[in-house]
Amino acid sequence: MGSEKKPEKFVVSIGPQHPALKEPGHFEFGVEGEIVTSATARLGFVHRGMEKGTESRTWVQNLYLMERVCGICSHVHAMAYAQGVEKLAHVEVPPRARAIRELIAELERIHSHLLWLGVAAHEGGFDTLFMLSWRDRETVMDLLESITGNRVNYSANVLGGVKIDIDEAKISAIHKGMDFLEERTRHYMKVVTEDETFLGRTRNIGSMSLDLALRLGAVGPTARASGVTYDVRVDSPYAAYADFPIKVVTDTAGDLEARFVVRIKELYESFRVIRELIDHMPASELTTRIPRRMPEGEVVSRVEAPRGELFYYLKSNGSDMPERIKVRTPSLCNWGSVLSTAVGHKLADMPMILAGIDPCFSCNDRMVLVNQDNNLSTWSWEDLRQYGIEYYK
Amino acid sequence: MTSPIEGVMDKVKTWARVNSPWAIHFNSGSCNGCDIEILATLTPRYDVERFGIKLQGSPRHADVLICTGPVTLQARDRLVRIYEQMPEPKFVVAVGSCGISGGVFQGCYGVVGDIGDVIPVNVYVPGCPPRPEAIIYGVVQLLKSLQS
Repeated sequence: MGSEKKPEKFVVSIGPQHPALKEPGHFEFGVEGEIVTSATARLGFVHRGMEKGTESRTWVQNLYLMERVCGICSHVHAMAYAQGVEKLAHVEVPPRARAIRELIAELERIHSHLLWLGVAAHEGGFDTLFMLSWRDRETVMDLLESITGNRVNYSANVLGGVKIDIDEAKISAIHKGMDFLEERTRHYMKVVTEDETFLGRTRNIGSMSLDLALRLGAVGPTARASGVTYDVRVDSPYAAYADFPIKVVTDTAGDLEARFVVRIKELYESFRVIRELIDHMPASELTTRIPRRMPEGEVVSRVEAPRGELFYYLKSNGSDMPERIKVRTPSLCNWGSVLSTAVGHKLADMPMILAGIDPCFSCNDRMVLVNQDNNLSTWSWEDLRQYGIEYYK
Repeated sequence: MTSPIEGVMDKVKTWARVNSPWAIHFNSGSCNGCDIEILATLTPRYDVERFGIKLQGSPRHADVLICTGPVTLQARDRLVRIYEQMPEPKFVVAVGSCGISGGVFQGCYGVVGDIGDVIPVNVYVPGCPPRPEAIIYGVVQLLKSLQS
């Protein structure tokens, strides 16, 4: 400041409307020449107040609200919520319903990872891969539509089970789809690990060490690409993951290439477990009865969304509406890794690094307080209100 | 009263406008569902570029604003600003149930209302989310109304 001689610094501000990502987010990158020296994100444009909104809706209505926390991973949100409510009501879901939940969740993972593969390639200027992977993604979208009736927001869950069933015709369609996608995915694996031009954009870019990943609390494929062996599907199996387990896919490189490789290998795992599921689908009812009023209590429900660990906290006061629902979504946990790995890279790499965590704004736009001095404190409604007034002054 | 030259010019302008509308996409608080379906319309199976429709990055180059979601408190000013940055004549397509009525998010404290509450809308495409075919149909309806 003042007369001090400092190297010229320029701040590139991007967003909230920008061509790279399809959702609003505002970023400021401090640059010296081409090199990024600081990065900040301003989130919150999609904050709708859903957690508070759940408190004025019944348990059943909330299922449809929670499904729309995020349109890309709608099934896992509904599943996490339904599992929590079932735990609250002490209801056991029939095995076939659990298997169908896992089936839809894995199909959704395929759609989400292929979507990400395309978007990330697009950010890298590789539009051919974008178009190809989205073309192939339509295969899994067709399967999801034929099973559930909708391409997005499948609404497969009900409290106490699922509302859809699969039959022989659908099973053979899924087999065919999986065979086609597996072949295509092998091709994509070859592209992202062998294409020289693409490797120039991904190898050693945005590297995150294991220590850093643990310190920043990264989750999902982003963390697994840095060697964190953690997957809710394995560590705390839900739905039918205990009977139809998956293998955790990890990598040690921690760069963008590793994130591509981990996600593509996860696709192989999904293909394998889906085939196993439809070949050994347990026979049972699809739903169990569930009360409209939930007994008093609080539960935690965790599932592995395509982007990482998704956490639901539900609290009931014995009425037909929840008292509190808290959602912790994976995208928000991964922002720290973007902002810290961005420093030192070229500005042109920013879209790729941003896309590397597969960000999803609609689920992460919430207020966050970063507790830097480890003091446990409780914020009352008055404190929050005052903070809001100060913030927007 | 328009002169014959102006009449011809208008015809040429409409012809050009209908055959190459450039669109800009803004998410004012949607759940992403509509956004991925809008993106899907650009990809090989649906491929709206064959109609001359191109997704543009800057509002200053765009004719059509494709907008999704209910409008949140945070996004309202940005939505209005983007709308005002677009050159005349401009058209708005609201995609999804939330854009029509606020949808499932009605009554949440962060939601101001639907898109029609904030900026004038020409075409509404219902659905949660609408299929890519429906979105294309909505844009085609807009283009047809321009022709007549």
